[in-house]
Amino acid sequence: MSGHVHKDYIGAKFGMWLFLFTEVLLFGGLFILYAVYLSRYPQEFISAGAQLDVRFGGGNTLVLLTSSLFVAISITALRRGSTKLCLGLLGGTIACAALFMINKFFEWSAKFSHGIYPGSEHLLEMPPGEIVFFNIYYVTTGLHGIHVIIGALILAWTMVLIMTGRVNANDWVILENAGLYWHLVDLIWIFVFPLYYLILH
Amino acid sequence: MSEEHAHIVPYKTFVIVWIGLLILTGITIAVAQYDLGAMNIWVALGIATLKSGLVIAIFMHMKYESILFKLSLLSALSILAIFIGFTFLDVLYR
Repeated sequence: MSGHVHKDYIGAKFGMWLFLFTEVLLFGGLFILYAVYLSRYPQEFISAGAQLDVRFGGGNTLVLLTSSLFVAISITALRRGSTKLCLGLLGGTIACAALFMINKFFEWSAKFSHGIYPGSEHLLEMPPGEIVFFNIYYVTTGLHGIHVIIGALILAWTMVLIMTGRVNANDWVILENAGLYWHLVDLIWIFVFPLYYLILH
Repeated sequence: MSEEHAHIVPYKTFVIVWIGLLILTGITIAVAQYDLGAMNIWVALGIATLKSGLVIAIFMHMKYESILFKLSLLSALSILAIFIGFTFLDVLYR
């Protein structure tokens, strides 16, 4: 890379943070929906939440927290010159993303086989509060799942840039920003897990 | 290439934060087994806020960023709080 290329690290990171703020407000809107309907249908939210399996939610919490650790360490590894360790950790993160989605697949499949999915006849026979709970649940975790897939693709692209030397120990801001996006995915789940899976177990 | 080299966070710090996050997750699950009435949701939200604080401060390096980043985060969260607060002023006192 030529030394004359202007690099604004602060600007690049700040731009990423501004984008993340819009993401926080996007999911914030969904959490507000949850809060408003929780205050309207507290009993139905508890009985609907009890139908979610804590093992799926808890397992995916462990997977995401660990993947966040991998990404955080990968940045330090790259800056210390341990490129191989960095790539291994990013590969591990993508594996965690895959594990998360496989979990989600089995979780949703079980729900679908019980006839619980948006617009299903069985769901529409439930009390209104439970219908709302499951609809918000599918929108929130579905949108979050899309973020997991996008995050994994961004990290895979970053790995290619590291392998080609475009991202390296002296020029790492792309990895930093990709990492910020991945941590956001983890942050959203930190709130999804207790609100949906643990609401009075 | 970049003049202002940000702080390099040691591996150990990240691992300690990760262990902390796992412990807090365990506490959330344990507390949810007891019926504390309306307190359950506040305990869950309190622990989730603590966990996200750890992730933002250490994993996302906010602790090592300049005041500009911290103030912008504060304003984004304030906007979210206003968003939530005014919605509930409407919903609860309609």
